[in-house]
Amino acid sequence: MFVWFHKLASPPFFYRFAEKLAPWLGWLSLLVILAGLYGGLWLSPPDYQQGDGFRIIYVHVPSAWISMFAYMLMATAAAIGLIWRIKLAHAVSAAAAPLGASFTFLALVTGSLWGKPMWGTYWVWDARLTSELILLFLYLGYIALNHAFEDRRTGDRASAILAIVGAVNVPIIHFSVNWWNTLHQGPTVFFGPKAEMPPSMYIPLFIMMFGFMLFFAAFMLKRLQVEVLQRERNTVWVRELVEQS
Amino acid sequence: MRLTALIERDLRLAYRRRGELATPVIFFVIVTALFPLALNPDPALLRTLAPGVIWVAALLAVLIGQDSLFKTDYEDGSLELMLLSPITLEWIVILRVFTHWLVTGLPLVILSLLMALLLDYPTHALGTLVMSLFLGTPILSCLGAVGASLTVGLRRGFMLLPILVLPLTVPVLIFGAAAAGRAAVGDPVAAPLYFLGAMLILAITLAPFAIAAGLRISLES
Repeated sequence: MFVWFHKLASPPFFYRFAEKLAPWLGWLSLLVILAGLYGGLWLSPPDYQQGDGFRIIYVHVPSAWISMFAYMLMATAAAIGLIWRIKLAHAVSAAAAPLGASFTFLALVTGSLWGKPMWGTYWVWDARLTSELILLFLYLGYIALNHAFEDRRTGDRASAILAIVGAVNVPIIHFSVNWWNTLHQGPTVFFGPKAEMPPSMYIPLFIMMFGFMLFFAAFMLKRLQVEVLQRERNTVWVRELVEQS
Repeated sequence: MRLTALIERDLRLAYRRRGELATPVIFFVIVTALFPLALNPDPALLRTLAPGVIWVAALLAVLIGQDSLFKTDYEDGSLELMLLSPITLEWIVILRVFTHWLVTGLPLVILSLLMALLLDYPTHALGTLVMSLFLGTPILSCLGAVGASLTVGLRRGFMLLPILVLPLTVPVLIFGAAAAGRAAVGDPVAAPLYFLGAMLILAITLAPFAIAAGLRISLES
């Protein structure tokens, strides 16, 4: 088990492993997302207060969830890469950042599309929305620093520090934004309780979350393959791979 | 002893290029003065905006000032000597951040009094405004120093630094502006000031490690 895990950190081995695994995950995610969409759009009843508008949560909640998960993954991989100097770990961070930023953007867009009919405005400085926006800025800062260096390794290590500092800061940011929000605006925007959900609503949501997770994993593997190829472009195995194809 | 020598050197260098170090302070004054021109010189409006305006201007001024933190030492090679010196780099950087704050951050805190008067900020709340900046600007210095250590080797680091650091400064801005804003209307200010104090302690204890690690990476390349 450990030997296998150790081998996985070697770029050529990982490349072939991802080559095999990614299509499976990709097709599986398509099936699961279709099943979740069917459950969410046809089987679950409309909300008693929001009508059919609530159905956007089947995209919104999984995106928001992945956006945070991807940041954690990015920061953890950055720390691993920095401490044990594993090349692949840095590649994981670099590959996770644009994906995470995309999901953050998707969560913000779906949130504001939902906000227009429900809150009457596309944007409210609500605590959660604001945290998500700052998360997007953190991603953008990481990506900017990662690409700012001519030497890829320096960029990796410098942005790894930024990711770790950001990860330490994220709870503080989240807390302070919550504090600030309750200070400025009362609970007026939080209409009705969203606590009670029938199974016909939350089961599709869980299926969608699982589907998004698979989708993220599949794209993560594909992006990682590209990262690995770019980073290892001067090695023998990449040359052989190119010649074979 | 060697640590005091470092402080002495930094202060002397700061004195000799005082024009350059005055830039962020002048920037702070001008940016603050722009708001009444853009918005409305109505004193009632300015009074409500004053805490936020002063805090945003101070935040930007501190971050702009941090760009020069390691630049000259990086260019003339002093930084490499500091890395080789028997004193741990973490000590050196925190002293550097401190002296840099003394010559750029502290004048800003004092000048905020003047800007508060220009924006018709109530005089009875001036103490809290100064206190919030006094606690908050060193945190900004620490965060800015992390960004400066990572971008010191880059030609366009000046542009990059605010993008990296601004999202991290959100909590400082929220609590700092909240303290100043609450004081203006007579609300209790203990909570935001305590939060600022806690974050200051956290910044002073953790930031040196990140700054030193950033410098080591920048120097290796």
